[in-house]
Amino acid sequence: MAEAAASMSSDALRREASSRDASGPSGTKPRHALSRRNIFLYGTLIVVALYYLLPLYVMIVTSLKGMPEIRLGNIFSPPLEITFEPWVKAWSQACTGLNCDGLSRGFWNSVRITVPSVLLSIAIASVNGYALANWRFKGADTFFIILIVGAFIPYQVMIYPIVIILREIGIYGTLTGLVIVHSIFGMPILTLLFRNYFTSMPEELFRAARVDGAGFWGIYLRIMLPMSLPIFVVAIILQVTGIWNDFLFGVVYTRPDTYPMTVQLNNIVNSVQGVKEYNVNMAATILTGLVPLIVYFVSGKLFVRGIAAGAVKG
Amino acid sequence: MSNSERPNQLLRNLNAKVASIPMILTALVVFVGGTAWTVLYSFTNSKLLPRLNFVGLDQYYRLWATPRWLVSIENLLIYGVISLLFSLVIGFILAALLDQKIRFEDTFRTIFLYPFALSFIVTGLVWQWLLNPDFGIQRVVRDLGWTSFSFDPLYNSSIVIYGISIAALWQGTGLIMCLMLAGLRGIDEDIWKAARVDGIPMWKTYLFIIIPMMRPVFITTLVIIAAGIVKVYDLVVAQTSGGPGIASEVPAKYVYDYMFFAQNLGQGFAASTMMLLSVVIVIVPWAYLEFGGKKHG
Repeated sequence: MAEAAASMSSDALRREASSRDASGPSGTKPRHALSRRNIFLYGTLIVVALYYLLPLYVMIVTSLKGMPEIRLGNIFSPPLEITFEPWVKAWSQACTGLNCDGLSRGFWNSVRITVPSVLLSIAIASVNGYALANWRFKGADTFFIILIVGAFIPYQVMIYPIVIILREIGIYGTLTGLVIVHSIFGMPILTLLFRNYFTSMPEELFRAARVDGAGFWGIYLRIMLPMSLPIFVVAIILQVTGIWNDFLFGVVYTRPDTYPMTVQLNNIVNSVQGVKEYNVNMAATILTGLVPLIVYFVSGKLFVRGIAAGAVKG
Repeated sequence: MSNSERPNQLLRNLNAKVASIPMILTALVVFVGGTAWTVLYSFTNSKLLPRLNFVGLDQYYRLWATPRWLVSIENLLIYGVISLLFSLVIGFILAALLDQKIRFEDTFRTIFLYPFALSFIVTGLVWQWLLNPDFGIQRVVRDLGWTSFSFDPLYNSSIVIYGISIAALWQGTGLIMCLMLAGLRGIDEDIWKAARVDGIPMWKTYLFIIIPMMRPVFITTLVIIAAGIVKVYDLVVAQTSGGPGIASEVPAKYVYDYMFFAQNLGQGFAASTMMLLSVVIVIVPWAYLEFGGKKHG
């Protein structure tokens, strides 16, 4: 009953506010800050937020402790003595098999995989989307539908035929091969993204450029590209996080010395030999998660847009 | 006339056609060709190398007689039901809470969604550490004085899949919340006003008015979650590597292990074809409802 009353009174306030200023936001902030409704609402949200933040906190805290402190202490307690040694060790000394040159190798591999994959996949998909939106040829929609349906096929169905194709070309196990694989599997969602964006652009723009004698590539480079920078940013965010976080393709299409960071991280942490150094493991885990986290926190709302579009990728 | 027009037709849009070659190749060679190839070879007895030596449904009989595959399927079902149920319920509740015109909405949303930016490997390793019986949550509670407290899902084969689901929910609920929030924002404000005027309590409005109105959002979300469930692989590899024993195996891992470790390609192809089949079972009714139904209504 109290809740209903609270909502009724806030509704009254809202109506009063809207009569005062019809053009303003449709509701005012609830006035009584400590109503039972607000305590419940913010209490729940804060508890859930703490639960979501807890693993990040434990990761950071663990990575800053020494091993003796980890063995004796509580994973939630802050470090008594902050040490950055685990971070240094994770970056430059952690072992995978016989290699002990740390996670840095995986990091640079991931950079060398992610940068060309992002560029290539976006270049291909944006041109595809542009062709589908403005230069429809016979059969184009059929290929597009196959592409979208293909996004739902489990990767496991297609990984082996691709191994054969790459082996035939002679690039199985190389970074080039992996870049091509990422471009292939990024294509459905990115093409959809670009097609929808280009379709929503005013048709007159395209027609005027045609009348002025611009061709396929001219219109793409001089008009479409400069006018659609926001969607390119969304696509970059989507691809950087997606490709950086990939594990399956990395493990299938590369060799141990070209493993991306996620694969190397898993090998470091889940290796069976040696004493487990949990602080080093957690430092390595944070290091691997850092790139997508930075992308996430910097990009804000654009990230939400990207994943809403990319959610189909699953 | 028609002869001179024919090459014209082919050359029309030539640039667009050339530019679409990567898309056409991907669609035809990789998606259609690759899938057909795998399905075809699942009827052969390929071992180390793919060979066209047909053995009918043998690989499938063997597959369904393998305990590890049966465990994988059972795990996938449990994991799937938990993921669907909890991520929908939690995601919707969080979205409804955020939709109350609260302060700091962006901050809360940022916090709920950040795990989604992390890879399954990172997620799995963090939760492996939190659920570690010697150092993690179990130890902390025991140190508080409850010495018989037991919470070691990753080391107990009867509940290990639930331990994996905990990590999966932490990672993925934020996305569902965002989709639901977008759905809630699409609901006309007047519906709420009308419900309030009629004195319908808030929870009833949600349950009987808002949720039925959000049916398309729910269906899309459902398809997204389901497509993700079938693919679950990295999380299991990072958290348990399928253990203890084979207790947390999943189909995607079965496929990978048989193709690249056990050198039993036929089994891998048969298992991946079964995965494809399960996706088809989910997607086709949805596609029919979504696109087939519109023609009639």
